[in-house]
Amino acid sequence: MPAETTTEPVPVTGWGRTAPSAARVIRPRNYAEAVAAVRDCGPRGGIPRGLGRAYGDAAQNAGGSVIDLTGLDRIHVIDADDGSVLCDAGVSLHRLMEVLLPLGWFVPVTPGTRYVTVGGAIGADIHGKNHHVSGSFARHVLSFELLTADGTIRTVGQGTDLFDATTGGMGLTGVVLTARIRLQPVGTSLMSVDTERAADLDDLMARLTAGDHRYRYSVAWIDLLARGAATGRAVLTRGEHAPLDALPARARRAPLAFRPSRLPAAPAFLPSGLLTRTTVGLFNELWYRRAPRARTGELQSLAAFFHPLDGVPHWNRVYGRDGFVQYQFVVGYGQEDTLRRIVGRISARRCPSFLAVLKRFGDADPGWLSFPRPGWTLALDIPAGLPGLGAFLDELDEEVAGAGGRVYLAKDSRLRPDLLTAMYPRLDDFRALRAELDPRGVFVSDLARRLNFQESR
Amino acid sequence: MKDAFGLPQSLLVLGGTSQIALATARRLIARRTRTVWLAGRPSPALESAAAALRTLGADVHTVPFDALDPGSHESVLGKVFAEGDVDTVLLAFGVLGDQANDERDPAAAVRVAQTNYTGAVSSGLVAARALQAQGHGSLVVLSSVAGERARRSNFIYGSSKAGLDAFAQGLGDALHGTGVHVMVVRPGFVRTKMTAGLPEAPLATTPEAVATAVELGLRRRSETVWVPGVLRVVMSALRHAPRGLFRRLPEQVRRPDRPVDAARVVSAK
Repeated sequence: MPAETTTEPVPVTGWGRTAPSAARVIRPRNYAEAVAAVRDCGPRGGIPRGLGRAYGDAAQNAGGSVIDLTGLDRIHVIDADDGSVLCDAGVSLHRLMEVLLPLGWFVPVTPGTRYVTVGGAIGADIHGKNHHVSGSFARHVLSFELLTADGTIRTVGQGTDLFDATTGGMGLTGVVLTARIRLQPVGTSLMSVDTERAADLDDLMARLTAGDHRYRYSVAWIDLLARGAATGRAVLTRGEHAPLDALPARARRAPLAFRPSRLPAAPAFLPSGLLTRTTVGLFNELWYRRAPRARTGELQSLAAFFHPLDGVPHWNRVYGRDGFVQYQFVVGYGQEDTLRRIVGRISARRCPSFLAVLKRFGDADPGWLSFPRPGWTLALDIPAGLPGLGAFLDELDEEVAGAGGRVYLAKDSRLRPDLLTAMYPRLDDFRALRAELDPRGVFVSDLARRLNFQESR
Repeated sequence: MKDAFGLPQSLLVLGGTSQIALATARRLIARRTRTVWLAGRPSPALESAAAALRTLGADVHTVPFDALDPGSHESVLGKVFAEGDVDTVLLAFGVLGDQANDERDPAAAVRVAQTNYTGAVSSGLVAARALQAQGHGSLVVLSSVAGERARRSNFIYGSSKAGLDAFAQGLGDALHGTGVHVMVVRPGFVRTKMTAGLPEAPLATTPEAVATAVELGLRRRSETVWVPGVLRVVMSALRHAPRGLFRRLPEQVRRPDRPVDAARVVSAK
């Protein structure tokens, strides 16, 4: 039987819903169909796609094929003693949590959403609130099977060039079919969370620097609309997996239950321009005021702590048809002045961003195009319809690149191509490996075209 | 590829000496555009336009293109698309003609129609198919308010633009959902060499203003853009004015670029 395939190209966008392009979507249901999909993806190539949570154009391929891996979603082996899982690339972290939590295991790294696939987690080499302790996703991947452009399936282990090119390689080395992942043991499915407020950016950075090593998970929400003395005011939430004895008696009966709640989805058609400086400013004010000045040991569900937005399906629709861009960059330790300057510029410009997050990265992993490196990372969402936004973000890129930093490709939808090599010095190695592994350029995406991944100039 | 703001990295201009097109190209080069093809009849003007854009840092090629030779469009445009993706095609060629003369010389009138309409149908379809094959891109069509309602003083030009406009709208519907975006731009009176010597209108605009509107339209993925924007309202009123009344309006009122007068007369009805 052939894979489930759209006969006509259909419009595909990333989570930010900007710059749609049309592609044939192929959804293989087994490995043979996946091999066939790569062989038959046509002159404009193919790119693997998971649950479409990359914000920009990383999993789009105009005029070619998009290989939807969500049909490959079997969990093959769980080693509940050793703490590892072997599963298909199309399995979501949500599904893994459902299956693993009752056994006392948790995914080693989760981003702000559970609705990413294992394949996507490897392709973007995702990070979470525990990066300063646990590194990025790749660190916990023992090995994976990669379907390459010639139609062969290779087993790829840590410490090889192909491993380091694929982790963070945005799907451009091949299709990850299965992966073996080391897991994190947990005693309960609740988090013990400490919350505190920071009055301004310097206060926030001091608190993060002083305290992060005491927590496995750490993140700060910043109010980027606050100005003057309050510039960079923030709410820090840091936590640990709660041990069993921290739970009240009632919760101890089912300490590993995983019951994320879900609100109704955002309506399909919302006007652009709901998120203005006024509405976002009000939201931010309330959010900041509502957070306790200091509270320790609050028990929160995993979903509430890690994935608050997953409770609202299709929340990306609140940005209306213009969509939104996410801007995430990292600058190294010692570049605090750059961070201060950028936060100041964003605040002064009054970008209506209600999702702005600052955290500290720990040691980098060896992925050639992997985003994290030791330093400060700031992520924010901005409505794409904001006048002059493109030029403004270009200026921020210059600051970031000038400070030796980089922006996150899984979130990018607008970087100027010539800055890519400055931000990712191993890009030429990546290009060379791809030229050898995939000389015909079978794997290609809108992101790869936009950022000139093929050419080395 | 386009970025999140709809800004193209490569641009093909059909009618490469058009001042509106060149103003748009300059604006887009200041953003993301690095590769430009200027298609037009080979001339020193075309070459100097290319040279001027090169000084802005773009990689500019000229392509021999004749709107009046539809048979060549397939191969000419095919060569450009073979060199790489074209993110935006700007269909900007057109002639104003000389109404008084063209009414006496049907062959001259036909040439206006063939350039503005037939040439656009042919090259527009060729470009649309190529864009559809690459699964993304914008086709920007320079129409005119003159096509919105034919008037005595330039109905030959106006009818050709009316045909072009209807064609482009239909093409936009046909391409809906293919990843290709068709945008019809309807400027009023634009101060260019084409309109030099004609009496200027109150809402007259500039090539730079049209370029700004095109950039905004690309970002918003607009289907129709009026320049200036108030013409949308003015033309809606004029379009619905009864024939008898419309015919009796003084010529400067029937001119769509005289919206202030037009509004007064329509409301006095």
